[in-house]
Amino acid sequence: MATFTLPKNSTITTGQTYRAEPGAKNVKSFKIYRWDPDSGANPRTDTYEIDLDKCGPMVLDALIKIKNEVDTTLTFRRSCREGICGSCAMNIDGLNTLACLKPIEDVQGEVKISPLPHMPVVKDLVPDLSQLYAQLRSVEPWLKSDTPPPPDGERLQSKEERAKLDGLWECILCFCCSTACPSYWWNGDRYLGPAVLLQAYRWIADSRDEATGERLDNLEDPFRLYRCHTIMNCARTCPKGLNPAAAIGKIKQMMVERQS
Amino acid sequence: MATETGAHATLRSPLGRVRGLGSAKGGTHHWWMQRVSSMALLPLMLWFTISAALLAGDSYAATLAWIGRPVNAVLLLATIGIAFQHTASGIQVIIEDYANSEWAKMAGILATKAVCWLLALVAALAVLRIAV
Repeated sequence: MATFTLPKNSTITTGQTYRAEPGAKNVKSFKIYRWDPDSGANPRTDTYEIDLDKCGPMVLDALIKIKNEVDTTLTFRRSCREGICGSCAMNIDGLNTLACLKPIEDVQGEVKISPLPHMPVVKDLVPDLSQLYAQLRSVEPWLKSDTPPPPDGERLQSKEERAKLDGLWECILCFCCSTACPSYWWNGDRYLGPAVLLQAYRWIADSRDEATGERLDNLEDPFRLYRCHTIMNCARTCPKGLNPAAAIGKIKQMMVERQS
Repeated sequence: MATETGAHATLRSPLGRVRGLGSAKGGTHHWWMQRVSSMALLPLMLWFTISAALLAGDSYAATLAWIGRPVNAVLLLATIGIAFQHTASGIQVIIEDYANSEWAKMAGILATKAVCWLLALVAALAVLRIAV
């Protein structure tokens, strides 16, 4: 549901500034959203001045440097540091992306970092994604087939059938797209959002899957599917260069196809 | 939202909330008709705008005669019907997007449909009284 104003206890205040070491020449400021559920205080923006000559090239390198050397209380998720786990998804310089794939030099001026938008915050840059995980679970993202697999090998696909999964299997479930979607912001409780619909289509498009009709039945809903108004924020923000809106378009096309 | 507080607090599991009342098994017709009507309105609105512009400055009698011609009357009725259908379904989508309560949503959609129906009937009657 649409809410346009922040509640009073969510208003962001100005926090501390951590100055760079004296003598640092290549200094960049990182303005980072901070919120600690235990303190009871409003969220704040802390500023960290980082000497880029002593820091790796990516935003994640700066975050790790801050946590290791400046402020150990800074909380964020990270794991693979090479864009395949999806853990370090956050809003950097106004766009949802992976901190490990975002070069610091791509950001003009201060680097503003906040958690993925419109999600409940657990702490600092860590959003609560349980609703998105439940939505993913609800589309049953696994192969469903009544035909048993051949006893002597795997289920086969032609090269053309396999090619239909390109642009879908690469999704790492970082949820940059869903949390960039205004439709998901307003109706995330019922709309499945771009990431989950792309995952749903990944199984609808799979030639080995035998539950296509059942999957379409499950999606055919004014809110689950048809809240997509092709705003295209999903495709713009995807750090893997995928196009969830195109996948949603194909689902809609199949919905029409099976009626005519 | 996943961690709700206050009046919205619930102990239901996230999966239970997501599955909710299940799929409505609908929405395709509404979505498809919105596309079809927008495609139909492209030539109709073009025709109507150009015709209306050409009629500017003409006398009342000449305008009546133009509306009374069968081809124009039929195209006008088609434009009226499709335009109001398209308007109603478009506003319905906006209400569904932004309405904060089920009550407001349902009342808003019904009111929109009622107003669009009435306006379409008024407009159609006006054309028919001239043409028939």
